[in-house]
Amino acid sequence: MTRTARLLLFGVGAAGFGVVLVYGLSGLPAFGHYRGVYGHVLDGLGVTERHATDLVTALNFDFRGFDTLGEEFILFGSVLGVVLILREMRGEHERPREYEADEHTFGGASEALRALSLVLIPTILAIGVYIVVHGQITPGGGFQGGVILAAGPLAVFLAGRYLRMRIVAPAVLVEIGEAAGAMGYALVGLAGLVFAGVFFKDFLPLGIPGHLLSAGQIDLASVAVGLEVSGAFLVAYSEFLDQALIISGGSGPEDGEGGKS
Amino acid sequence: MTILQIVALAGVAIGGGAVVLAGDPLRQAIVLGIFGMALTMLFFVFQAPDVALSEIVVSTVGLPVMLLLALRKVREQERERERGEDE
Repeated sequence: MTRTARLLLFGVGAAGFGVVLVYGLSGLPAFGHYRGVYGHVLDGLGVTERHATDLVTALNFDFRGFDTLGEEFILFGSVLGVVLILREMRGEHERPREYEADEHTFGGASEALRALSLVLIPTILAIGVYIVVHGQITPGGGFQGGVILAAGPLAVFLAGRYLRMRIVAPAVLVEIGEAAGAMGYALVGLAGLVFAGVFFKDFLPLGIPGHLLSAGQIDLASVAVGLEVSGAFLVAYSEFLDQALIISGGSGPEDGEGGKS
Repeated sequence: MTILQIVALAGVAIGGGAVVLAGDPLRQAIVLGIFGMALTMLFFVFQAPDVALSEIVVSTVGLPVMLLLALRKVREQERERERGEDE
């Protein structure tokens, strides 16, 4: 395609896009004027019906808990896909010598960086646990807290200690944690079916709004999702780290082809 | 719209452009982390702290780490291929 034809094509596309964009923007409500009816209804129901002061978490783990079940398994499935793609392929091998060297010299982590990560690790873990268990009270919840928790072992790697990270978060434990979290969330829904008659219906006492043990099943669901998300991220991190630091590509061209098939 | 919100929007606009314009993938991964920080501020000043909390970890820690590791792997493969051609 010549340069003129490409510019012509871009011009037509940009003009069409501009017209649609202006038309769409002109129909938007003014800034700060939310028109959703559903949102206004839920705003009034969070505290009175569910005793949860953070409406976003109440929405995710209660009002539309079933959607979150699907979302959780999207994450589970995508991490499974990452593991399948990144696992050791034919023609690849582990690097035993560098593997040991990594423990001592990788990244050339300075003393300052190590000291910083020593402070960071407990802080990150404490914040993560806080965010997971306070999901129904303050902003946060299982997903946010889970991602923060997964960053904790990553700080061990930041200190130049990849192998130590595998000791802190061993693959088997992380995988079991991820699976248990995914199962736990589904079990919360099933418990609703067994004890309250409807899938994902609250089956625990609602408690006093603002207290740690309040809002019924939301806290339990939040902990399950936190476990699942932190496990999922750690599994993905470990696979990427293995690929980059330990597994090496085939040495000859024949091995390379073997890896592709 | 408050000044803080306008500043946050401008930060995201500039950051997004900077990610595209940063040529070297390695540099791009770092700029992407800073752009994620700008997005976090945007979500925070637009009163979505839940989204800001996920964004801050995913975009400033999770995504750059995976990108950097992928880059390291790709470069190593390139180096090995070159070594294979030399032999």
